Amino acid sequence: MPPSDFTRRNVLATGTAGLALAQAVKADTYQSDPKLPPAETDRPAAADPLHGYVFFSTAEASFIEAALARLIPKDELGPGAVEAGVAVFIDRQLAGPYGQGDHFYLKGPFPKSEPTQGWQAPKPAEVYRQAIPAVERYAKDSAGASFAQLSPEKQDTVLKALESGDAKLKGGVEAKTFFALLLQNTMEGFFSDPLYGGNRDMAGWKLIGFPGARYNNRPYVLRHGERYPLPPVAIGGRPDWSRS
Amino acid sequence: MKNPDVVLIGFGWTGAIMAERLTAAGLNVLAIERGGWRDTPNNFATTFDQDELRYMWRHRLFENVAHDTLTFRNNTSQVALPMRRLGSFLPGTGVGGAGVHWNGQVWRFLPSDFKALSHNRERYGQAAIGDMTIADYPVSYDDLEKHYDTFEYLCGVSGKAGNLNGAIQPGGNPFEGPRSREYPNPPLDMTYGPMLFAKAAQEAGYHPFVHPAANMSRAYTNPLGVQMGECTYCGFCEKFGCGNYSKASPQATILPVLMRRPNFKLITHCEVTRIELDSTRKRATGVTYVDDKGKERFQPAELVMLTAYILHNVRLLLLSGIGAPYDPQSGTGVIGKNYAYQITSSVNVFYDDKITNPFIGAGALGMIIDDFNGDNFDHSGLGFIGGGYIGVVNTGARPIETHPVPKGVPAWGAEWKKAVARNYLRMVSIATHGAVMSHRGNYLDLDPTYKDAFGRPLLRMTFDYTDNEHRMSDYLTDRATDVAKRMGARDVSPKKRTGAYSIVPYQTTHNTGGAMMGDDPRTSAVNRYLQSWDVSNLFVTGSAVYPQNAGYNPTGTLAALAYWSADAVVNRYLKAPGPLI
Repeated sequence: MPPSDFTRRNVLATGTAGLALAQAVKADTYQSDPKLPPAETDRPAAADPLHGYVFFSTAEASFIEAALARLIPKDELGPGAVEAGVAVFIDRQLAGPYGQGDHFYLKGPFPKSEPTQGWQAPKPAEVYRQAIPAVERYAKDSAGASFAQLSPEKQDTVLKALESGDAKLKGGVEAKTFFALLLQNTMEGFFSDPLYGGNRDMAGWKLIGFPGARYNNRPYVLRHGERYPLPPVAIGGRPDWSRS
Repeated sequence: MKNPDVVLIGFGWTGAIMAERLTAAGLNVLAIERGGWRDTPNNFATTFDQDELRYMWRHRLFENVAHDTLTFRNNTSQVALPMRRLGSFLPGTGVGGAGVHWNGQVWRFLPSDFKALSHNRERYGQAAIGDMTIADYPVSYDDLEKHYDTFEYLCGVSGKAGNLNGAIQPGGNPFEGPRSREYPNPPLDMTYGPMLFAKAAQEAGYHPFVHPAANMSRAYTNPLGVQMGECTYCGFCEKFGCGNYSKASPQATILPVLMRRPNFKLITHCEVTRIELDSTRKRATGVTYVDDKGKERFQPAELVMLTAYILHNVRLLLLSGIGAPYDPQSGTGVIGKNYAYQITSSVNVFYDDKITNPFIGAGALGMIIDDFNGDNFDHSGLGFIGGGYIGVVNTGARPIETHPVPKGVPAWGAEWKKAVARNYLRMVSIATHGAVMSHRGNYLDLDPTYKDAFGRPLLRMTFDYTDNEHRMSDYLTDRATDVAKRMGARDVSPKKRTGAYSIVPYQTTHNTGGAMMGDDPRTSAVNRYLQSWDVSNLFVTGSAVYPQNAGYNPTGTLAALAYWSADAVVNRYLKAPGPLI
């Protein structure tokens, strides 16, 4: 588990990351060129591998880790979300272009909306920043302690109230919006390629039997009912490929 | 290149088809694309393509709504609000458009789908039509047959004909319209889940057949001489590019030839903001676009083709003041009218004793029944018209999106974890894919409040399912559930599409209408050749021209219509420029 006190480089780090990620867009002309037009190979960038949090404060991380331990708990089936690095995954996502809403339309106004109209909230990083203190306040008011200090049963009660919207959060963000985002980001962190900091040791893929970034499944298409024989592989390979 | 004869606005499937046909006829063609260049080795390489987070959830290949989105409401009593992130549908941006990240599901509409109004009225009476605004297509299945065929051979579709020149073929879809020849490639090898469905459907008396797939069952060279490779069933088709040259896309089928033609030119990262008209407003003089520096430029052209995604085609017509905007109160006007969509549902089936490996997939790898599509069944007394296909399509169960658990299991926690571990490898998901008819209150116009990055009004979508769609979808879901119950599973969990249409969950990128084709300029935006009634040197392609949707994926039909329109331009328009009708 990453030490949650290793924080608060966030403001500067986020700011520069945002600038570096704003890619220069250049108009190009392509005409009767027998070669492929010049293009940069569009490889993905790996998450910052440093331990500790870039986006989350100590208090925020304390909530996130406690919540993740309930959303996907560690048990006899294997690692949970915390052990799989999901907190680090979410942290890096929020510090990066996703958290800054690079693919969200964020212009106002933001009047009252219907559920069918979808997301009507600020950028994801802002939702976490606003919601976590409000959830902590709700936990204290309704259960008498900060979320991380509650018993697992009481934590589940709080999470269920967020999920159903029964919890009314102070400060603008709707409980359901925040919970849906947290759960979605948790699933992303548990099941995405380990490149992004979550799904550590491909724990999420191993749990369900997903073999990952396999290129060729041809030999197995017609083996109906047989278990797939290969272990999961990530875009960066497998840990045992580089271990002696 | 000197001044182009033709300017294409947007460079996806129909842009590439038009460019290929018109350059072959000797015209100078310029395509203006607002996104960037994308090609197989640089953008969809197999070394990094299988990345669900980046492509599906972070929209690497999709339209970016931060730049430009639409507003949405279910009906006119609501205030439309921006679609602030993508959900229900996933349009593309960049070379190849959504043709890069589609599944490769290539369908022909049924002959009766082209006569939705007259056919249903004749069989079920005017009462069955009610207040729908459906119309007949001004083209028939027979008009389009050879163009469907052209697109299927371009794409190397793997499949099995069900009707060859009127003779029903075993193993194919017995309900389809007659084809002039067999598919270019044999069916894909089939995974377990679709076969379990097909067996149960057969036992129920239905007619299962293999889904036609623009995923290669073997190496293939298309009529343009472009080579494609055999599919590896990696399961990353929809929402992803193909790094293996196995899924048809503009890049994999047309661009290697087109890009070498000296009379074709493409400019990227330039966005057309307006179609310019002369003082008569009956002739386009060219287009205005914003270049990468934010500078407005004018590009003259003899012929303008609106070849962007349906939503952008309709919006550009509205922003350019071409055609009368539709007014739902009076029912007059044409631009924005008859917006339609698709209605989908699912039935998840969970086994104990069968491992289905649902991650082995290809975009259109599946088994289908068409017994409840279109008018393939008697609708008497059912209270709806239209239908859809039912089937199992193993697109690849990528786990962030696809990790279903039986009904009643919570969405998180220890119980969820147990259930997902138990069920992921043992599930089959049956999908229903239904038509949406056109209704007076479903339409597109310009939003009065919200603007895009250039300060232009966003498109406003007003849309909801009506009783017709809900009854039809419920009926399809019940039929799917009947089949599911014969599959010998531990658990059958149907999921009907209930309540108002929501823009949140992904459903299909099958938006249609808004610039419908027809025989009458008072009730349609373009004629049967996709030529604007108002501006005769403007043509509009894509599903925007559909008077209503059918129960099939729209790409096969919009591609056939693009070939049909290109034929009319080359063989008739060029000889005597002006209105073709």
